[in-house]
Amino acid sequence: MIEVRNLKKSFGANTVLNDVSVQMQPGKCNLIIGASGSGKTVFMKCLVGLLQPDSGEILYQGQDLTTMTTAEKKEIRKQIGMLFQGSALFDSQTVEKNIMFPLNMFSRDSYAVKLKRVNEALERVNLKDVNKKFPAELSGGMKKRVGIARAIVLNPQYLFCDEPNSGLDPMTSMVIDKLIMEITKEYNITTIVNTHDMNSVMEIGDHILYMHKGLKEWEGTNKEIIFSKNELLNEFIFASEFLKDAKDMRMLELSGKIANQRNMDDLMNNEGSTRQ
Amino acid sequence: MNFFTELGRFLLLLKGMFSRPENGRVYWKELMHQCSEIGIGSLGIVVVISFFMGAVSTLQTAYQLVSPVIPKSTIAQIVRDTMILEFAPTLICVVLAGVVGSKIASELGNMRVSEQIDALEIMGVNTKAYLVAPKILAAMIVIPLLVVISAALGIYGGRVAGSASGILAANVYDKGLHENFVPYNVFFALTKAYTFAFLISSIPAYYGYHVQGGALEIGRASTKAVVVSCVAILFADYILAALLLQ
Repeated sequence: MIEVRNLKKSFGANTVLNDVSVQMQPGKCNLIIGASGSGKTVFMKCLVGLLQPDSGEILYQGQDLTTMTTAEKKEIRKQIGMLFQGSALFDSQTVEKNIMFPLNMFSRDSYAVKLKRVNEALERVNLKDVNKKFPAELSGGMKKRVGIARAIVLNPQYLFCDEPNSGLDPMTSMVIDKLIMEITKEYNITTIVNTHDMNSVMEIGDHILYMHKGLKEWEGTNKEIIFSKNELLNEFIFASEFLKDAKDMRMLELSGKIANQRNMDDLMNNEGSTRQ
Repeated sequence: MNFFTELGRFLLLLKGMFSRPENGRVYWKELMHQCSEIGIGSLGIVVVISFFMGAVSTLQTAYQLVSPVIPKSTIAQIVRDTMILEFAPTLICVVLAGVVGSKIASELGNMRVSEQIDALEIMGVNTKAYLVAPKILAAMIVIPLLVVISAALGIYGGRVAGSASGILAANVYDKGLHENFVPYNVFFALTKAYTFAFLISSIPAYYGYHVQGGALEIGRASTKAVVVSCVAILFADYILAALLLQ
């Protein structure tokens, strides 16, 4: 389990994280949402140890990452897999070598065993016949999937995803969301996703943390978020008129003012088609 | 950022390289890869430059040595000592600072900007040890070899140019090469080669590793790395000459 206590991080006079405390739910998809510049990326970088916070604690199973030695950090990091915003695949290596890299570094298995694990990881992310391709030959969605395969090949306990949907079309975004959700459940890992994609929030947000100007503004689930009374959160999630209308319709429906008990999906579909 | 801050970060980068490798075989592969990249990758330019440097040295020395009192074989001695003492170690290393230095800085800079270095850190890999150390070590293995090749080719280039232009016959040139040879000069040249190899690999690695920003910053870091490496080579050249040639 990951627990964050009173995390603070500043860059000069600019306070990016201000006293953030949160408990990530184990075996669930934990989402960090917020507008650009709200501190989500810095928060995630602190969580994985790429940035050292000014104060506060980041506890992995009770062990504080901020006070760990380099050797202890290395051990924790072996339990972490991370999907980066730009996938961060090694350009000069094929897909197979990219995924095999953590195995080569940390496993003493034979080449055949490692190759089997690479193929299993690729199969898990629904990719076939890409072993010998280079990252430059892949689409954005495929790169993300290779990134996920590389992140899970060592069977981590924690999966971090930084903006997994950025630069992807809505269909591919849904595929990636579904994949993250499935992997979280199947491997029983704690997943932390950094996003501002509202589809992801509704699809995979078991536990959501909304950040605003470096502060934890709201915490809850995807079932609760839509009815939240938090004004800042509402401004963020209902930034589009379409979603605002959808919410109003849903509220009317729930209060019994609409006779026809349509579900949210129907409402959104109808709304979408009338606007075309 | 002032000079001492940069120097401190540079020393911390070097200190960070010294750790037990996560997997020796992977590091060994990377070292061999870098040896090939730096050594084989620069061999062509070193061969061409060295050969012509020696050839031109012969012609220019002959042009300036017009006195009938000085034997023609002296030309060979001058070409030999110039190649060993200065041209092969210093000039070739200045060229390599451009070829190898910019490559190292842009490679690491690109890895930093595209979060590949972060990805390695998350995996638990010591990126300073895995990415920087093999480059410096490889440079220190292959650059002295390139300097030796350069000196030999330069001397040979002088011989070819001397006989082709009719300035001095090959046997006279060979005779001159054997006269007044000081083995210490080779030691001096190799000392310079090792020092410069360290400079032209570690300085660009420092600038590349600490890039922040995008493509523009990678370009700037690459240029700065080459300029600083060249200045460092010339400065070190003077210091070594002052210390070792007294």
